[in-house]
Amino acid sequence: MTRPSARIISRECSAIATIAYRDFTKLLRDRPRMLAGLIFPVLFIGVLGTSLNAAIGHDIGFDFLAFVFTGVFAQVLFQSSAAGVMSLIEDRENDFSQELFIAPVSRYSIIFGKILGETLVSYAAGVGVLLFGLIIGVPFTSLQLLLVILAGFAACFLGGAFGVLVLANLSSQRTVAQVFPFILFPQIFLAGVFNPIDKLPLVLAFLSRATPLTYVVDLVRNAYYGATPSGAMARAVAFSPLVDITVIGVLFFVFLVFGTMLFIRREQNR
Amino acid sequence: MSMLYVIEVENLVKRYRKAEKNAVDGVSFRVREGEFFAFLGPNGAGKTTTISILTTMLAKSSGEATVAGFDVATAQAEVRRRIGVIFQAPSLDKNLTAEENIRFHASLYGLFGFRPLYALMPRAYKARVQELAEIVGIRDALFNPISTFSGGMKRRIEIIRSLMHKPRVLFLDEPTTGLDPLSRKNVWEYLRTVRREENTTIFLTTHYLEEAEEADHICIMNNGRIVSSGTPSEIGSDIINAYLMLDAKSRMTLAAELAAHGFPFTGTGPFRAPLSKQHTAQDIIRAIATPLTLLRIHEPTLEEAYIEIINATSGPQANPASAAA
Repeated sequence: MTRPSARIISRECSAIATIAYRDFTKLLRDRPRMLAGLIFPVLFIGVLGTSLNAAIGHDIGFDFLAFVFTGVFAQVLFQSSAAGVMSLIEDRENDFSQELFIAPVSRYSIIFGKILGETLVSYAAGVGVLLFGLIIGVPFTSLQLLLVILAGFAACFLGGAFGVLVLANLSSQRTVAQVFPFILFPQIFLAGVFNPIDKLPLVLAFLSRATPLTYVVDLVRNAYYGATPSGAMARAVAFSPLVDITVIGVLFFVFLVFGTMLFIRREQNR
Repeated sequence: MSMLYVIEVENLVKRYRKAEKNAVDGVSFRVREGEFFAFLGPNGAGKTTTISILTTMLAKSSGEATVAGFDVATAQAEVRRRIGVIFQAPSLDKNLTAEENIRFHASLYGLFGFRPLYALMPRAYKARVQELAEIVGIRDALFNPISTFSGGMKRRIEIIRSLMHKPRVLFLDEPTTGLDPLSRKNVWEYLRTVRREENTTIFLTTHYLEEAEEADHICIMNNGRIVSSGTPSEIGSDIINAYLMLDAKSRMTLAAELAAHGFPFTGTGPFRAPLSKQHTAQDIIRAIATPLTLLRIHEPTLEEAYIEIINATSGPQANPASAAA
């Protein structure tokens, strides 16, 4: 006979796997959504990255295409996971969440399962972005590729946890659609997805450091530039990977716990 | 181990945030193991609120409530493991097939470890799904997407799903609302079979009084309070009596005869003579010599009792029609 605690852990794990798999299955049956997930990154990297690289790439002394590529890769994963987790609101409106939230499973497992599922979903787009990058000639060694993929998971997890926090404060899908751009677009610029952030004025530098996306973009760049000459590294990267990982870890934990607590309170104390 | 009462509610109160009055206002009742318990009442009476608290979806304001011996506020997981719920609004995932919805549920409840394909699931799971699918007659459609299902079929899938973990109590919140009469009849037939074969306690809220006719116990709620409870035949038996309906060609003779024997009656023909222990139907017809053209015993229906009770317990603002009457 298994011990009760072991049984609880295995039950929660099974629940997490179930919830994650459901998300992934949903994606596989929704082809338009898969394509839509690729359009923006392809535009950003292909059009914006290539043209910026041609215009200013020589002056700043490092491959601007790779800079934009790594930024967009991190941003896409972060954004897709955040938006995916927020689909819990859609579930709530379709009343599917009733089934989810009536199950004898910890709320944290439900939310974590959702984040895991959306990570899988995001990576479906992420793989597309990587392939596109390789096709248009972003230089990659296999070590860089591996490290970037690993760093990408951090982007997904933090994006998912960020989504929980936003979700806990919003009531309907319409509100999500209205609010989401406002909390996302500033992050794209402050995190330096397209723009180097090493020479920002004081106020912007402060805001940039307060932006969660900054650290995942920086971690992906650390992963990419870690194996390239130090000159490019110094301009493209803002913090050491250790700082990035620590901040991401702390933010993930805080967002997840705090967001889940808020979410439960809203659900039950009506 | 079996316990006498599977649900016990004591002085339950719920006031929603920013609300001026209690949605549930000091409700107490008990449900026996294996019973079919029906909760009736108009919209806004507090039925869904009560069911949401009992199923741990909503926090109560005060009072006590236990399900299967566990407190709904402090032992939520224990309660959830022992109940099945069919919600007012269908709660199936439209992107999945019927069987995937069921498998998803079984894994969430820790019955079976999750496997991505039906073929990989344990034999016990397949047997249970097939068994239940057989009962509700949906075996052929088990692997079709939910989006292709009718309302009645979705309900049947929800019934299978809610029974996978063999709950002690099955909560049904207006399960047949929006179904056509035939689907409604079918859903009830399946529930009857399920109750017989699984011995599950059924806790039902409904608008359809005929669905409550076969309940073991009925509670009628109005304005957040329980205004009547008992077996269907007990409900309102003190308010509405059975009566004998009589008529004759010569109404004056009949009326005089009834009055002479001291039988109370109302109407100017046909007459209604209330029945009681002192005045049984037998007493009346034995005493009457006038040739009758009509003779019928009228038993009060649940619907009459319900309408009477709701009207009597609604405030004048709540029901202007009864105030005017």
